[in-house]
This record gives sequence, C-alpha cells and structure tokens, in this order.
Amino acid sequence: MDVVNQMQRQFVDYSTSLHREGILDDQFTQLQKLQDENSPDFVVEVASLFFEDCEKLINNMARALEQQGVDFKQVDASVHQLKGSSSSIGAVQVKNVCIAFRSFCEAQNREGCLRCLQQVTHEYSLLKNKLQTLFRLEQQILAAGGSIPVIE
Amino acid sequence: MVLGKASSSSLSMKSDEDVVNNNNNLRVLVVDDSPMIRKLHDMYLKKFGLEVQVAENGKNAVELFRFGASFDLILMDKEMPVMDGAEATKELRAMGVKSMIVGVTSLDSPYEKQVFMEAGLNYCFNKPLIADNISFLLQELNKNNNDKN
Repeated sequence: MDVVNQMQRQFVDYSTSLHREGILDDQFTQLQKLQDENSPDFVVEVASLFFEDCEKLINNMARALEQQGVDFKQVDASVHQLKGSSSSIGAVQVKNVCIAFRSFCEAQNREGCLRCLQQVTHEYSLLKNKLQTLFRLEQQILAAGGSIPVIE
Repeated sequence: MVLGKASSSSLSMKSDEDVVNNNNNLRVLVVDDSPMIRKLHDMYLKKFGLEVQVAENGKNAVELFRFGASFDLILMDKEMPVMDGAEATKELRAMGVKSMIVGVTSLDSPYEKQVFMEAGLNYCFNKPLIADNISFLLQELNKNNNDKN
C-alpha cells in the first residue's frame, strides 16, 4: 500500500477518534477549513496560542487558590477566559470542566475549585498531547509529498 | 436588536468571489485581549475579503478613533484589561462613532448581555464567532451602505 495513503488513512482515523471521544468538536474542524496555502500553519499557530493561554490561566488559578483568603472572583475571571478560549478552538472537554469550575467559584467552594483545577490541568495535558500527535501526522504526510485530507 | 447567534436561513446564495468583491472596501477592527481570538477572527474576516486591524483592549480601540481611524465594523470583546468592551463602546458612541459595533463575548447571563447591548452595541454574539455570524453582519453592512447611496 502506498506510504502516503497509509499516513493519510492514519490521520483521518486519528482525527475522527478525537471527535468521537468528545475531545474536539466541530469548531476545530472549522479552524482546519480556514487553513489554506497562504496560511499553511494557521491551526498549529492557533493551537500554540491556546496552549500559552491555558498555561498562563491555570497558573493564575493555582496561585489564587493557594492564598489564605481566596479571591474567588479572580479565579472565576481566569476560568471564564479559559472557557472562552477553549470553546473557540473546539476543546470541548476543557470547556465542560470550566463550566463546572465556575459553579464552584460562585459557591466559593475551595475544595470543589481545587478538584476542577486538577481536572482542567489533566484535560489540557491530554488535549495538548493529542493535538501534537495530530500535527506530527500532518507533517509526516507533507514531508512524504502528500496532502492533508479534508475531514467533513 | 439581536442577541445570540444569527440564523443563516435568510442569507442569499452568492458565489465566494461575489462576497469577497463586495467586501473589499470594508474595514474591520477586532478588539480582544486574547492573541488567540484576535488571530482567529482576523483569519475569518480575511476569508471574507475584509481589511482587518486588531486592538488589545478598549482603550487602544478608542485611541485609534481619536487619532482619526475609521472602521465599518468593530468586533468588541467584553472582558478586557485597562478598558472593557462596554466602557469602550460607551466612549465611542459618546465620540459620535456611528460604525456598527458588535459585542463578541462568552458572557453566560442574558442580563449581562443586555447590559453590554445597552452600552451601544448593534448586535451581540457568543464566542466563538462563526462564518454564519460574519455573513449576517456583512449583509447588514452592505444593506446600510446601499441605503446611504
């Protein structure tokens, strides 16, 4: 079997699995559709900005939750921002944790917030690994002279 | 006034080229403190043939207008440091800015969205902005421009 075809098949299967597992939603597909020959690295660039955002916001939340007197409004502001970013890239599981997280902020429940922080950190790490794998598969296809299949 | 995502069912079917050609002279300002959102909206808008400028917060947006810049459409985030979207919208309207100002926000409560609308927005959409929202806004913009001519 042609090596490029095999890689393309692998890419499609992997991409489909990310949607099936509920890690990414249609918003991510919309981003992929925006990418073209004038901006061939658009999705990777958006993802990198998202990862930077996540790390900064998760650090902010952790610091705020460590304080003696937790400023729940401050925690909530960071969660709110993360919710916005994650829904814009299609990171549905990160977004869902943020929704629960906001409820705990509103209830000023520190334990609940700490659990959500752990969960959001986990979901973010999982997503980052999966996306990096996806991007690696793309690079392999391009290096072998193939084109990235369009996933509908 | 419209809250939430616009329906695309009433949009006329135009070829991609027609849409881009119609939009070639429309200027858009994207105001958002997130580099990721700025990049995303910039890309969406360029696909529609629009000229895009970005600003990091409400204060920068207001200053652009004070220095004589003009835009047909402003996409305004709500939560921003230095000056938020509602404050910036109020200032722009007080300055006499008549451009279409559209809130783009991840605010959950209808009450918060209504408060943002009352600052002087024409429309308010939830993040993330999607192609249908932009199509709708461009139709409205082109309609306004045709009415003026």
